[in-house]
Amino acid sequence: MFWKKQFPLVIVFVMGVVMAVQYFIPHSASEFVYDNYLKWGITIGIFGHILGYFSFFRVHVMKVKKKTPNWGYSLLAIFCAIGMIIVAALDGRGTGGYYMNIYLYTSAAINATVFSLLAFYISSAAYRAFRARSVQAVALLLAAIIVMLGRVPIGNYVSVWTAIGLPSTYDISQWILNVPNMAAKRAIALGVGLGSLLMTLKLILGIERTYLGNQ
Amino acid sequence: MHISTNPWVWIAFFFTLSVYTFLWKDNFLYKIAEHVTVGVGMGFWIVLWWDQTVVGQFWIPLSTNFGTNFHLIVPAIMGLMMVTRIIPKYAWMSRYALGFTIGAGAGFALPRVIQGGILQQLYATLLPIDFSSTGLGYNLIIIIGVLSSLIYFFFSKEHKGVFGGIANIGIWFLMVGFGATFGYTVMARLSLFIGRVLFVLGDFFGMQLF
Amino acid sequence: MNFWKKLEQLDRRIIYVIITLAVILPFFFRLGLPISISPEVKSIYDYIENLSPTDVVFISGDYDPQVDAELTPMLEALVRHCFKKNVKVIAANVYNPQGVGLVEPRLKKLAREYKKVYGVDYVFLGWKYGGTLLIMRMGEDFQGAWEVDYYNTRLEDLPLTSRIQDYDDIALVVSLTGSGAYISWIYYAYVQYGQKLAAGITAVMAADSYPYLQAGQIIGLLGGLRGAAEYEQLIGHPSLGSAGMEAQSWAHIAIIVFIILGNIGYFKIKKK
Repeated sequence: MFWKKQFPLVIVFVMGVVMAVQYFIPHSASEFVYDNYLKWGITIGIFGHILGYFSFFRVHVMKVKKKTPNWGYSLLAIFCAIGMIIVAALDGRGTGGYYMNIYLYTSAAINATVFSLLAFYISSAAYRAFRARSVQAVALLLAAIIVMLGRVPIGNYVSVWTAIGLPSTYDISQWILNVPNMAAKRAIALGVGLGSLLMTLKLILGIERTYLGNQ
Repeated sequence: MHISTNPWVWIAFFFTLSVYTFLWKDNFLYKIAEHVTVGVGMGFWIVLWWDQTVVGQFWIPLSTNFGTNFHLIVPAIMGLMMVTRIIPKYAWMSRYALGFTIGAGAGFALPRVIQGGILQQLYATLLPIDFSSTGLGYNLIIIIGVLSSLIYFFFSKEHKGVFGGIANIGIWFLMVGFGATFGYTVMARLSLFIGRVLFVLGDFFGMQLF
Repeated sequence: MNFWKKLEQLDRRIIYVIITLAVILPFFFRLGLPISISPEVKSIYDYIENLSPTDVVFISGDYDPQVDAELTPMLEALVRHCFKKNVKVIAANVYNPQGVGLVEPRLKKLAREYKKVYGVDYVFLGWKYGGTLLIMRMGEDFQGAWEVDYYNTRLEDLPLTSRIQDYDDIALVVSLTGSGAYISWIYYAYVQYGQKLAAGITAVMAADSYPYLQAGQIIGLLGGLRGAAEYEQLIGHPSLGSAGMEAQSWAHIAIIVFIILGNIGYFKIKKK
């Protein structure tokens, strides 16, 4: 049991302490450990990738095997993945080759289009859900509108009040982004920093151990 | 304006339209596009993984300079041990490799997050306050904003009295910050759509765009 | 059913059509709106402008096709600027293998346009595994970290990369990303090695990056398509970013009108 459960925790503790302390010790031995771990860590990750690829094929092969609804699409995904490997093996990976063109004009184009659908959803959401229900929500709404106007060229044209010396939407948006927005986001960043600090300590001390899995 | 004669552009145009049919309702064209992108993306990744990492980062250093790099065989075996995760009986073996990388990752992060994510951020908040436009219009507001927003996130003390008042100021700063994020998010989403329109008008219809 | 109630229940597809028109029509009826240059974009431009032809800019395309529309115009504008100034470019995808297919063709296209020689004026390293480990390794042994370029040529065999030992030989790192990758660059390259950094990020991330900009951890910031458009204006080469700005303007106006109408309807119905 020790080798299965406690020993991995010992490894985490030792590696965590060594790598944290190493940062403060500018000695050749410390540098040696640091540099070699970087090589080791990268090599572990390279071979760990196999797990991800295996999962992809397992999920889709199981769907085809069990003839679950829409299994044909899984067959298509497997065909495309294997097809890319064959194309790269036969034609190489260079510019203008089949490998690069298939990726750029199918996968990349589809991915970009799928995410562009969000433009429609956010427009619909802006119309239906973005309501000034409280005074603070008004602040949110105004900041959003000013940033939306200030970040596009037309913002300067609608800022008719600049004729009497008042700042344009561009100037106001710059101030919002650099002052109140920056202050709020810094508070959040500090919270995130402290949170990740605590998480690393929990990992090193063996309090957080979900990565061990259920077994 | 002339329609492209490049078959690749036609393929991309077909898939672009296929995805947009989803705006009407889910259909087989969208599903085909969805699975093509998953499959092609995975194939693209596997090829790069093999050529660039297994060959480039592992095999080439090992084969060209075995004397100094032979020790890389140990982490390679550890990496392969991660695959035992899929066999419940031997899944515990993956924990050694995981422990190694998670422990080192946490150790690496600890001092660097303190320095870059906390201390340097705090130093940058300690700004000079004077009666200039920068001192009052920027620095003072930044200090008030950071402190009040931090106090808002401090839930160990009830938000009442002066403490509650400061936390309330923090809410205003956070609301303005979220508003700015929302404004920028709208911009981002529309940019993605504009990107596809630029492709359709420029690459497919051959329109002069700039 | 009164007018406001009907308006509140407007079919989503009508909204989609309006947004589509707001984006497409400006390409046919252009106003030629000028784009203001923000200090955060100008600072990156000034930094590269003052580099000498022996200096190297490392551009990491840490992004997916999902955000290609925002980040590729930035990549092209930055590479154009470097090529115009004869500054050397090393491009790579530290965090994202999918970015290889987006960066490599664009880099090659621009190299042809500016008649740059591979291995001498620019190098493409592609993707290698490592993320933060790779960033740290570059600070210790750049050639050992990458070993080979995208075409599997050893870095010591390329004139440009053979002289790069660590971050001391890189004038600027630019992370183009739609994620928090630029923060990793801050923690592992700026904090530890003092490497000068700039970030080109999607607009979604832009508002969150101002604390790092104000703290001086990044020298400048390109935020979304607008950031790319500003950079294109600075180098005097309007391209994809600038082309999209008028459509962006009208689409924003449409969304603002949606918000205002939605709120008027909400208060009218609430009043009743």
